Formats: sequence, structure tokens, C-alpha cells
Amino acid sequence: MSQTVAAPARSRRPLGDLAFEVLATAAGILVLALLGAIIVSLFIGGLPAFRQFGVGFLTSADWDPVQQVFGAVVPIYGTIITSILALLMAVPVAFGIAFWLTELAPAWLRRPVGTAVELLAAVPSIIYGMWGFFIIVPFMGDYIQPFLIDWLGDLPLVGFLFQGPPFGTGIFTAALILAVMVIPFIAATMRDVFQTVPPVFKESAYGLGCTTWEVMRSIVIPYTSTSVVGGIMLGLGRALGETMAVTFVIGNTNRISTSLFGPGNTIASLVALEFPESPAGSLKLASLLALGFLLFVISFIVLAISRLLLRKGKPA
Amino acid sequence: MRLSKSLLVAALASAIALPAAAQQITGAGATFPAPVYAKWGEAAKAAIGIELNYQAIGSGGGQNQIFNRTVDFGASDAPVDADKLVANKLLQFPAVMGAVVPIVNLPGIAADQVKLTGDLIAQIYLGKVTKWNDPKIVTLNAGVTLPNLAIAPVYRADGSGTTFVFTSYLSVANADWKSGIGAGSSVKWAAGNGAKGNDGVAATVRQVKGGIGYVENAYATQNKLTTTQLRNKAGNFVKPTLAAFSEAAASGDWKNAKNYAVDLIDTAGPASWPIVSATFILLPTDPKDPARSANVMKFFDWAYKNGSDIAKGLEYIALPTAVQDAVRASWKSDIKG
Repeated sequence: MSQTVAAPARSRRPLGDLAFEVLATAAGILVLALLGAIIVSLFIGGLPAFRQFGVGFLTSADWDPVQQVFGAVVPIYGTIITSILALLMAVPVAFGIAFWLTELAPAWLRRPVGTAVELLAAVPSIIYGMWGFFIIVPFMGDYIQPFLIDWLGDLPLVGFLFQGPPFGTGIFTAALILAVMVIPFIAATMRDVFQTVPPVFKESAYGLGCTTWEVMRSIVIPYTSTSVVGGIMLGLGRALGETMAVTFVIGNTNRISTSLFGPGNTIASLVALEFPESPAGSLKLASLLALGFLLFVISFIVLAISRLLLRKGKPA
Repeated sequence: MRLSKSLLVAALASAIALPAAAQQITGAGATFPAPVYAKWGEAAKAAIGIELNYQAIGSGGGQNQIFNRTVDFGASDAPVDADKLVANKLLQFPAVMGAVVPIVNLPGIAADQVKLTGDLIAQIYLGKVTKWNDPKIVTLNAGVTLPNLAIAPVYRADGSGTTFVFTSYLSVANADWKSGIGAGSSVKWAAGNGAKGNDGVAATVRQVKGGIGYVENAYATQNKLTTTQLRNKAGNFVKPTLAAFSEAAASGDWKNAKNYAVDLIDTAGPASWPIVSATFILLPTDPKDPARSANVMKFFDWAYKNGSDIAKGLEYIALPTAVQDAVRASWKSDIKG
């Protein structure tokens, strides 16, 4: 944006303009400097762990505070698997919400439902955590998990995904809570980009005799596809870094479980739980900071991709 | 100068909290004794005008804070290594003792009905004993009908002094535990699910049929959780009662414990509860502000003398009088005033 506004007469600008430009530039650079400083300080803090374990830190599934052996595989696996599962559950629902809000809903309902979606996005994550722990976990443990374990646990090939004791907590429950948390983000983005489709395109399609679904599939989705992916990536970014809600429901176990109902851990949750008992200068603290650095890298990659897609998706 | 500083502190304290003339001391660390420190703080403010501001941030955090001298005293459940105490110029002394108890969720079974041993609990948490009707459990519990339920072990997911005490006990009770997992404020658990805090463990055990967990005794009593009996070193099954905790505390070898780091796990008394531990205070031997350190000592001196009923009410155990006197002597000899 800033590059497009060229300053035609740089030489005879009043002092106020110059001062404002300097201040605004400083504010912009401050953000960049802060981001850089956080990355660098996390990396330096995590350096003892990287030095001690080398590449092994990224490939070892061992997390043993007593023996002072730390590996990042379990939390990284948990972070990625819960986020992806959450997206698998959230994207269809979010798409349904956006589709309904832009094409099907009666006009008088669009505002209240749209506002409700935005309000859901504003609910603090600890609320989701408590709701998950006291309502969803017992419900999963008493009804959903025993049912799925009975019916799917003995299937060949995929049965191992549905075995184990029905604790109620675990990877699947965490993914479910995360899905509820990211749905409003994705739905709101999708609704906004669906609305950017010029009415003349849709009207032409309707004029040719297309059904609503055909208009959605052949006109709206192709026109907005990259922005939709960008919105999904924003949701993924939130799911990756979520801490409190996940801590309550994931089971907090540093083992990789093949079952979806097995307990696991995520980077953010592990760091939050272990931080208070990590003395300064200890290898454990360094490992936690190194984990924070890795989470930063993962989130950064996801957000960079989303920015790239969103920029490309903007109609020229 | 010193007077004006303490006046300033008093003025600040009275500006923040209304009751005037209260002198504030700050502490941070262990969560295990936090309930009793909170009650002592309230009572001491009324009695001797010292207001305790205690942050239960965890033992590791408490050690960090006092190493950096950001608080007047640190608190830790695990005793600090002797060389670390010397390096950081700290005096370590015990404040109070507490017990950890196993809790279970078995339909139709009341509190203190099930009998367990430390070895068996270790095997449960190692994932070797997985059913409540396992012959090893059944033989201990003649007359109790144990259900055919999977055992769901629950542990503290956050690093905690309670876990340190519990895993210390399992290390004593089971050789495999000692060599494979060991004792610590967080360990590499072999089976089960983690939950956050005493309340998280209690709620998870309550929700999962067949669950077993461990919490500090005060928490189990307040919430009427289903505790179990344990076999102690003398071979007797004991219930988690204050009498059993006190006997354990009394059978500790205080005289030979360096820096008061006494081992109260699985003591020999015939009625001793096996999972008892002291929790410690860390006080600088070269205080920046001797007046504040003096107030810390005054506070704990008051707590030793007058706080035992409060401790008892919360099911903590006060220190034996001989130990209290020894600590007072250490204050005099070690802290520069």
C-alpha cells in the first residue's frame, strides 16, 4: 500500500509530515524488531538443548525430566495431528455456515447468526477448556468413545485408530474442542470472501439455469478458492498455538499413541505445564524454550503460506 | 535509614491494603503447602502485623525467585542440593509437613476400603497391573468385591511437589520404578493420563470409572475423595489419618539430616503413613534488607508457636518441638542481621 502512494514533492514538505512519517515508520519497524527479538531470544534460550541433543531433539520421542533427556517428537506430532484433525472437522461446518449465510439464509437471520459466529470467536480459550473438561470429556468417555471403540475397534486396517480405554480425554477430544474454536474464524473469513464475488457473475449463472449449489461450486468457489485456503490457514494458525483449552482435554502424556482416543501432548500445552518447575539454567528450561522456537517456526510457516495465498486471491 | 525504609514499606502496604501498620513479606514457590501458608498469613496479620504475600508458582519457580533475590523467601517441596544452597547463600529449613494419598473411583467401594501397597501402585503406574480384579490386588483385599474394570492411572501433568513426593515413594517401594523412572517433580510416565493440578487429577479420577490418582491429603479431605489404605514399612495397613501422618513425622531421622533434608518416605513406625514429606523454606544468609528477613523469621517463629492448630485443621503436620528449636538456633547462627 505504502509504495503506491508516491510523494511527489519530497523536498518542500512541512516538518509535521516528516515527523509523522518517521513515527509511523518507527512503529512499523518496532513490530519487525520485536518479532525478530522474540525469535532470537527463544533460539538463544533453546541453544543448550539444541547443542546437547543436536538433530536428535527433533527425532527423539523421549521426554524424561529425571534422566535429563528431552526430545520434541511427541509434542510436535500432537500439535500437528490435533490441528489437522480439527481442520478436517471444522472446514466442512465452517463452509456450511458461510454458504448458508451468503446464499440461503433469509435476510433477517443473516445479521444475528453472523454476529453469533463472531461472538464465538471472542470466547476466551479457558472457557472452552472448562466446558470441554466438564461437559465434553464425560460425554465422550461415557457415550461416544465406548460406542466407537465397540463398533470400529475391531475393523481391519483402521481398527487401531479406535482402541484403548475410554478416558474421554485424548487427541480426538482435543481436536474436537479446537474445531469448535476455529470454526468461527474460518466461517467469518469464508463469508467475507464469498460476498466479494461480483453479483453479475452469480446472476449470469442463475440466468443460465444453474442451481444454488452449482453457482456455489462453479462460480463462487473457483473465484474465491485461494482466499478460502488463506482463511483455513488462519484457523490452523490458531489451532497450532492453542494452550489452555488443549491442556484440559488432551491427556497430557508424552507418548505417541496410535489410537485417536489415546492421550497426547502439544507444544504449547507442554511448555505451559512444565515451565513452573524448570529451574533457571536447567536443560529442561532450554528444551522448553527450544520447543517454543519450533512452535514459532511452524506457526510462521503456516501464516506465511496463508498471507501468500490471501494476497494472490485478492481480485486485481 | 532502615527505619525510614520500613516506614515506606508500611505506608505502601497500608495504601494498598486498608488495615494499617501491616508489614509485608513476600514469598514464592511450592504449591503443596500453599493452603496452610495462606491461612497462617491471615492469622499472622491479625496477631503480629506481618502480612504474607505468597505466590504458589511451583517449587522450581520458587528456587529461581530466591536465587535471583526477587522475593524475601523461597519455598520448595524438594530439598535443594547442599552445594546449591552454599553457592546461592541460602539457609534451608522445614516449615510444615504434609501427606500424599491415593484416590480411587470404584463403584460401590467406600473410602479406605481398598488396601494397596507401594509396590502395587508402582506396577499400576508402570502399566503392568491393568485390571482391578488382578489376583495381586484381590489377595490383599479379602472381603472386598473388586470389579472387572480397567485401571486408569491419572497423574499430575504439571510439574509439582506432590508428584515429587509420590514418585519418591514409588522409587522406594519398587526397584523397577527406581531404575526405569525415578523421582522428580515431573517424570516420564509409562501409563495413564495427565491432568492439571490437584483439582484436575481429582476431577479426572471422579469422571473415569476404575481411575486411580494421588493428591495431597488436605485436598482429598476437603473434597471427600475415596482414599485407600496403604501397607507401611512395618507391614501394617494404615488409613490416611492425622495420627498416622504424625507418627511418620516423628519417626524421621531429624538429627542426622543435613540442611534439615529429612527423608520421611516409608518410615519405620508401626502406624506410620508411608507417603509423608516436609516442605522447605529458603532464606538468604546475606539478606539485602535484614529487616524483611527478620520479619520472615518472626513470621515462621509465630507459625511454629501458634500455627499448629491451623495446620492440623488443614491436615498438615506441625514440626516436632525439637526441630523447631534447632531451626531457631540456625536462624541465629546463619543469618546475618
